[in-house]
Amino acid sequence: MSAAEPLLEAADLHVWIEGSHILQGVSFSMPDRGVTALMGRNGVGKTTTVKALLGLVPRTGRVVFDGVDITTHPTYTIVSRGIGYVPEERGIFAALTVAENLRLAERHPKPRYELVHELFPELAARASQPAGTLSGGQQQMLAIGRSLLNDNKLLIVDEPTKGLAPRIVREVADAVARAAEQVPVLLVEQNLSLVRRVAGQAVVLDAGRVIHTGSALELLDDADRVRELLGVSRTVTDSSGTTAGAEGRRTA
Amino acid sequence: MSTVVLLVITGLGLGALYFLIASGLSLIFGLMDVLNFAHGAFLAIGAYGTWWAADHLPGAGPAGFGFLVAVLFGVAAGTLAATLVELCIIRPLYGRHREQILATVGLSLAVPALIQAIWGADPLTFPKPELVRGAVGVLGVNIPKDRFLLILAAVAVFVALWLFNSRTRYGLIVRAGVQDRAMVTALGIDVRKSFTLVFAIGGAAAALAGALGGLYFGVVTPTQGLSLLIFAFIVVVIGGTTSLTGCAIASITVGLIQQFANYYTVAGLGDIAVVIVLALVLLTRQGGLTAKKSAERVA
Ligand SMILES: Nc1ncnc2c1ncn2[C@@H]1O[C@H](COP(=O)(O)OP(=O)(O)O)[C@@H](O)[C@H]1O
Ligand SMILES: [Mg+2]
Repeated sequence: MSAAEPLLEAADLHVWIEGSHILQGVSFSMPDRGVTALMGRNGVGKTTTVKALLGLVPRTGRVVFDGVDITTHPTYTIVSRGIGYVPEERGIFAALTVAENLRLAERHPKPRYELVHELFPELAARASQPAGTLSGGQQQMLAIGRSLLNDNKLLIVDEPTKGLAPRIVREVADAVARAAEQVPVLLVEQNLSLVRRVAGQAVVLDAGRVIHTGSALELLDDADRVRELLGVSRTVTDSSGTTAGAEGRRTA
Repeated sequence: MSTVVLLVITGLGLGALYFLIASGLSLIFGLMDVLNFAHGAFLAIGAYGTWWAADHLPGAGPAGFGFLVAVLFGVAAGTLAATLVELCIIRPLYGRHREQILATVGLSLAVPALIQAIWGADPLTFPKPELVRGAVGVLGVNIPKDRFLLILAAVAVFVALWLFNSRTRYGLIVRAGVQDRAMVTALGIDVRKSFTLVFAIGGAAAALAGALGGLYFGVVTPTQGLSLLIFAFIVVVIGGTTSLTGCAIASITVGLIQQFANYYTVAGLGDIAVVIVLALVLLTRQGGLTAKKSAERVA
């Protein structure tokens, strides 16, 4: 594969759910390095786009991953080609223990437990606890840890900091940044300071269409564009990953 | 007192039968959202397979381990039938619940009809193995030995299912799949493979129930599976689909209520009592008896 060839390419994705036309021709591609931020206001179709890529919702169009057309593949083969997925609702199995949640995700003979436990020591300490009894932040760590267990070619992470306490947001943001050093990430995120910290490219959606593609930093530095595309009243320069998220969400 | 002991053990025996049928039903429904009406057919195949083998299969028969061989044959036949039903009928109709219900209801009628065409509608005397002939005294009451065999078999199946659930990777996949099938596939797991396995396991347990039901009732009839199936469905509703323990408790409860109500009131009222319990559970605890604890489910 040449360096110029994208890792992931979506072409003209359409999704209908219960009669409504949710994705109306989403096309974008992401390079095989760094973080690509998928942005946009609530309800514009970010999660649906991710699910369409993974074949979790019926869609038309074309998806190419790592040089292979995966459009007609079932979800489990798409994921098995090397994708770690952290869904918006976290997708933790409440009745299973933390250790079982991780074990279920093992796809390779040598799962990277050292990395996961180094990033999230709590997951080791709470290994035998039912995952349903974890706090929201701990569940998110489990979901991210699970995606890092395998040697993936791509991580898809959907709003990892959503609904978390500021202190936890920082921890999760650190983990995402750390993961991004190792593997390309498609990151759905409304926390602009986290996007600023990690993202190279930004893809912005509105009403089921891509309305902007380009450098994430250039976009975030242009307050008018941010307001216009994301509906956020202020660009935030703080990089702590805490206050910015809260503000971005309040005004979104 | 002696009546109570007899009723308890007979009720437990009946509960054991219900558990063998309902555990498979609830696994299948919990994981695949399939209401498997064909389950009664697996039971009938197990019963007639055992009955046939006891007479025809070399080495099988009522003597010594011959009965075990006959039961193994019946269970193998039921397992094979269940596997074929999943691969050939359920799988092509995946996600189309109405068609699946029609297909399994069709099977539940066709298999007894086929059996009737071959062996007739009259009850056939089931071979009583030497091992469980006669009775044993419990607290001064003579209890037919076969009741204990039923209870023992159900306990063994419970332990086996519990080990499968908690110790094997497929058990892990099934427990996760019961909660969120889509997420299991999003982890790169082909969840459909475990569908076939769950059907095979359910079919084996139902076929065992067929063989042991033959012992319990002393006869086999083509439609025996259907009436047992109705109560097994009730057990699934009461026990919920997320817990093996819930299924076991509900099975015992239904078996005991039936026995006691039939004895102490008018015969036949036991069935109505079960339906009343069902209504009470539905009204008060959605998701079954163990609904509130389902997050802590291990087995
Ligand atoms: N299962 C569903 N049923 C009905 N509407 C849905 C469903 N999923 C998403 N939608 C609708 O599709 C639109 C896009 O949703 P989503 O992709 O979740 O947006 P985002 O992730 O950008 O917030 C929203 O208007 C939402 O209401
Ligand atoms: Mg979303």
